[in-house]
Amino acid sequence: MFDLTGKSALITGASGGIGGAIAKALHGAGATVALSGTREAPLQALAEELGSRAHVLPCDLGDAEAVTALPKRAAEAMGAVDILVNNAGITRDNLFMRMSEDEWQQVLDVNLTANFRLCKAVLRGMMKARWGRIVNISSIVGATGNPGQGNYAAAKAGLVGMTKSLAYEVASRGITANAVAPGFIETAMTDKLNDEQKAAIMAQIPAGRMGHAEEIAAAVLYLASPEAAYVTGATLHVNGGMAML
Amino acid sequence: MSDIPDRVRKIVVEHLGVEEDKVTESASFIDDLGADSLDTVELVMAFEEEFGIEIPDDAAETIQTFGDAVKFIKEAS
Repeated sequence: MFDLTGKSALITGASGGIGGAIAKALHGAGATVALSGTREAPLQALAEELGSRAHVLPCDLGDAEAVTALPKRAAEAMGAVDILVNNAGITRDNLFMRMSEDEWQQVLDVNLTANFRLCKAVLRGMMKARWGRIVNISSIVGATGNPGQGNYAAAKAGLVGMTKSLAYEVASRGITANAVAPGFIETAMTDKLNDEQKAAIMAQIPAGRMGHAEEIAAAVLYLASPEAAYVTGATLHVNGGMAML
Repeated sequence: MSDIPDRVRKIVVEHLGVEEDKVTESASFIDDLGADSLDTVELVMAFEEEFGIEIPDDAAETIQTFGDAVKFIKEAS
């Protein structure tokens, strides 16, 4: 099950905890992977760990031209892009009344607009191949909202609407587009929380623990697989029961 | 150059699964040949490849009929 031998996957934000786990899962299922991110050193380290079938493609998703060129670079490196995982994201948290235009725009640019550009750029090859998998990493926050994250929540909710619209358009061509919405996952980002903050979060999670990056990766692997051909426009919530949507 | 209409017609016939004689000068891809909007995007992609040209999005929107396509490709190639 979930054999990706012969498929090529482009993963953004592969230098982070969740992105790295996604890359390992897809690679472990046989896919060739292109690892993208802003920091080259962790991407190189991951590529070395994976060994063969791994390419490093650094890219700043805030740079429109670089974003548009990324799928082309990936296709040149791997021969095609069969699977796109839009995982990269940034936060610029602030209270609504204090949020600057710049904080709003940066988050929308990287978390939403860059994903639009990447989806658009990979579609041509997928249409021709009559096969494609797009997995956009949203967030529980996109569905529930979160104080201090008006920008982030807007981008993550926008991603879900975009994914559904795209799913409609390309379903007849063997291409699926889905979202995965993680809850609280143990990463460098959540390590920074203090014990009090962690305890407050735990109280809201029926599973009684934070999720692991591998548990997000498993959801992505499923949606990227041939077995998930009939699942499109869906949002798979992976949050330990924190919000049952 | 002179074989452009034949090559375009071949792509249209193959892609839309229509009879060759239906693909007339004024035949509209959507209204007469049963294409949906995504089919027209794919036709443009196929023309680009066959003739080694680039058809920008705003130009692609003006290509509604077989005749439009042949005219555009003749001018572009």
